[in-house]
Amino acid sequence: MKGWDIGITLAPQFLLLLLALPFIGSILSVLLLNTASTVLPSRLASLVAAFCLIITVLAYPQVTDGNVFRYHLEWIPQLGLNFSLRLDGFAWMFCVLITGIGLLVTVYARYYMSEDDPVPRFFSFFLAFMGAMLGIVLSGNVILLSIFWELTSISSFLLISYWNNSAAARDGARMALTITGIGGFCLLIGLLLIGNIVGSYDLDKILASGDLIRGHSLYVPALIFILLGALTKSAQFPFHFWLPNAMAAPTPVSAYLHSATMVKAGVFLLARFSPALSGTYEWFFILGAAGILTLLIGAFFAIFQQDLKGLLAYSTISHLGLITTLLSLGSPLATVAAIFHMLNHATFKASLFMAAGIIDHETGTRDMRRLSGLFRYLPYTATLAMVASAAMAGVPLLNGFLSKEMFFAEAIETHADSVLDIILPYVATLAGAFSVAYSLRFIHTVFFGPSPTNLPKDTPHEPTRWMRFPIELLVVICLIVGIAPAFSVGPFLHTAVVSVLGTDTPEYSLSIWHGFNLPLVMSLIALVGGSALYFVLRHYLATCEDGPPLLRRLKGQRIFERILVEVSWRWARSAEQRIGTRNLQPQLRWVVVTGFLAGLLPLWLSGFEPRTFVFSGVDKVFAGIWLIGICLALGTAFLAKYHRLAALIMLGGIGLIVCITFVWLSAPDLAITQLLVEIVTTVLILLGLRWLPKRTEKMDESVTFRARFRRFRDLLIAIICGVGMTFIAYAVMTMPVPDAIATYFLENAYTEGGGRNVVNVILVDFRGFDTLGEITVLGIVALTVFALLRRFRPAPDTMVMPEQQRIQNRFDEERPERNAGDTVRDYLLVPSVIMQWMFPVIITFAVYIFMRGHDLPGGGFSAGLTLSIAFLLQYLAGGTRWAEDRIRILPLWWMGLGLLISTLTGVGAWFLGYPFLTSHSQYLTLPLIGKVPAATALLFDLGVFLLVVGSTVLILVALAHQSIRITRLRTIEADKTKES
Amino acid sequence: MEIILSIAIGVMTSCGVWLILRPRTYQVIIGLSLLSYAVNLFIFGVGGVKTNVPPILSEGGVDGVLADPVPQALVLTAIVIGFATTALFLVVLLASRGLTGTDHVDGRGDKR
Repeated sequence: MKGWDIGITLAPQFLLLLLALPFIGSILSVLLLNTASTVLPSRLASLVAAFCLIITVLAYPQVTDGNVFRYHLEWIPQLGLNFSLRLDGFAWMFCVLITGIGLLVTVYARYYMSEDDPVPRFFSFFLAFMGAMLGIVLSGNVILLSIFWELTSISSFLLISYWNNSAAARDGARMALTITGIGGFCLLIGLLLIGNIVGSYDLDKILASGDLIRGHSLYVPALIFILLGALTKSAQFPFHFWLPNAMAAPTPVSAYLHSATMVKAGVFLLARFSPALSGTYEWFFILGAAGILTLLIGAFFAIFQQDLKGLLAYSTISHLGLITTLLSLGSPLATVAAIFHMLNHATFKASLFMAAGIIDHETGTRDMRRLSGLFRYLPYTATLAMVASAAMAGVPLLNGFLSKEMFFAEAIETHADSVLDIILPYVATLAGAFSVAYSLRFIHTVFFGPSPTNLPKDTPHEPTRWMRFPIELLVVICLIVGIAPAFSVGPFLHTAVVSVLGTDTPEYSLSIWHGFNLPLVMSLIALVGGSALYFVLRHYLATCEDGPPLLRRLKGQRIFERILVEVSWRWARSAEQRIGTRNLQPQLRWVVVTGFLAGLLPLWLSGFEPRTFVFSGVDKVFAGIWLIGICLALGTAFLAKYHRLAALIMLGGIGLIVCITFVWLSAPDLAITQLLVEIVTTVLILLGLRWLPKRTEKMDESVTFRARFRRFRDLLIAIICGVGMTFIAYAVMTMPVPDAIATYFLENAYTEGGGRNVVNVILVDFRGFDTLGEITVLGIVALTVFALLRRFRPAPDTMVMPEQQRIQNRFDEERPERNAGDTVRDYLLVPSVIMQWMFPVIITFAVYIFMRGHDLPGGGFSAGLTLSIAFLLQYLAGGTRWAEDRIRILPLWWMGLGLLISTLTGVGAWFLGYPFLTSHSQYLTLPLIGKVPAATALLFDLGVFLLVVGSTVLILVALAHQSIRITRLRTIEADKTKES
Repeated sequence: MEIILSIAIGVMTSCGVWLILRPRTYQVIIGLSLLSYAVNLFIFGVGGVKTNVPPILSEGGVDGVLADPVPQALVLTAIVIGFATTALFLVVLLASRGLTGTDHVDGRGDKR
């Protein structure tokens, strides 16, 4: 069928479609989450799988004779990362397995899944898994391959844990993810190393540079990491134990994981990279040891399993060990046998798992101690399962026999001078005998013997036609391949082999009869020995516990869990206890000390060059102002504990001095902003003071030695930091300023930004995107404050009326001519009237500041703060209720509108074909007012302005409202006490 | 000028660091404000200390040496964000005080 030409040449995009379809199907499946129907999602999945299979089949003419079908899309070409897909003969064979068996599994799962299960979720995970697996085999870039490799780990985790209310499923899934996830990480490291050696992540280049890689000094580490990835995925010893635990998954998933996907990904990778990596002693030894041990241990353990799926799982481990062993040999013929066995194993193992699923479905148990004599209930299924088991055992005229024979033939050849090579023929025969024993056990126990008694379900009967169909098809394939290999699978196998081995492809013959030779003798010994072994062990196996004798207690799973607990619980805890703390003070102390040391480090490393400082003289007034400032700072630090108000006032004083400094040192914009922020912050903290507990100096008179020590230490840290900052600041400020970007901004502010106030132009034009981010942050903070305060519960001791109010109320009560609350209302009457009058004035001022911002000090930030102060003053003057009766401020609207305007201004540039936030500027001449700047940056600044107003007002008002809420709470409390 | 400014920055840093290491939430918020003054002045000072040359262009474009506008723009946004963080911290402080009944930074009573 070499000349299979259907006259169709697929466009490269079909390769992308082949990969994308399962993922699209997965998303569509999610959309069906709410349907009660089990049919629709499975139909969808079958359809997707069928489509993928058709694409694959149609692509065959493009991959024969070592041709490669490619699709290439640039992704990050600078880093050598491209989204390139390649389909060669070997990948094609895998695509057929993945999509074909995938299709059969979806058909089967349609009948297997119960209506109570969330079926759409199952098919969604299933399709995602299928897509990830296709990604592995199609990737033409090894980084891309690694990504899909991780995706299979994650999606198989989801599939195994599908019945997530079962602890076994959760544990099995977690174990699979941990093992294969670690393996995937190792694989990535290995692939990066290989990419480094070759200088490219392109698979073709890597495969073509085998000699370069093998000769490189990094070959051994790269090999070890890649093999770790492959061996964990393929469940090879000592990582084999995750696979039997993964059988907690629904049986269709197990059928898929064990046959065409997941575990096959590991051996796929080995075969794929064998041209680049194989042929060295390290390759032979590591893979050979792992493969031989797995082959033997898996087969031995399989005999003693009581769970049907457990038996099949260990058999999978053993068969993958066989494939790994073959690949370790590195000879072309062994590779042929390995590829052939991948194919054969997939067909008989998928059908066996599905048969096991039917048995479980019909009888309600998978325990072989309870199952027997099912042949008379399920004659048809039993026959199919028997043929598939015979294929697994390697009985002649079935496909398993052929590849096993090739394995035996390779086992007796000499490949390397090593003890592994010498023992291989004996191990192979022994493992063959074991596999005959467990296959025989499977058939004999389940289908023959007396009728089963007390099964969970009564009288098992044959399942529906379509549930059996996938098994039938696979078993027929086993037979056809087994009887007429050269005519059925021959050409396809050849295509796959050529694509892996290229010019090294050996002559091999796919016939059943090679004469009476040594491999045949080994097969016969295995068949006879295995049967004998089973009949000796028969009675012991019928009643024994799960697991092999003596080694029953030694479970990889237990060891794994021990390690997991040790690392993730004990070590983590002790590490937290030793070096962690939940207290804020030590944390902050470490932050400060680390910061200080980080500042010191450059000086330490590059040395400190003493330099003559030019003393520029001291302005006496400036010095005087800062002398006050320093006193205020010290006073603040001293008083902040017991005299909060005093400390706050002093802090405000420092703020004013900072503001003066900005004016003095040519930063008018900063001065304006600082002044306004100072006002708002002070009011804010004043509003908060009310909710803090009373603290008087008498409370902690006794100062212990420890407290004294702590204070001394903190003082020391503080002084050291301060001195350090002084030196650094002085050193930096007296350095000649290098001409960096300042000149650019100064020169282009007017010509490009259309404004004379360079600071403002930077904010709204050159760095407009930063400002957009910043106002977004401001908005988020305001919303967070608002949200936090909605649920605010004051402490009980702050619920009582403040002392000042009580005094004022008492004054009112004592005088008959005054009503209660009069004094509170009349308090600071004259200032409040002035404040009310100032409302329009301040608004006008805000508009003025806003309008001139582009050319003179001002702008959106300061104008916004000014306007919010205008609102704030109304609250201060008349109280919250008074103010809100008269003006309705909707801060959330202001904020939303502001953000919208700013963003839309940026987006507007797109429509004119410019990048985001490109501004346009010109001046308009208005009657009476004159020239007015009308840059689009002004519109952006308007957004800034609105958002600043909204946020500031929202924060302040939210805090101010707490006083109203507390009054309400207090009334409720009072009512309650009255009632009781 | 530089010497005064650096000493002022140093003193404010000292007071700020001392305060943020204290156990009361109010001390920490005041300390953070002091630290932000110091840091703002420091960043501002990096652009060089110049008097009477605000970065505002005259009609004829750049004329003579002007103050560096870049640190100024940075500090301007820092001031506004500083206000936002102060507000957020204040509210967290109040919420923590309401929930735990204490104004200790760890939300626990005093343990001497």
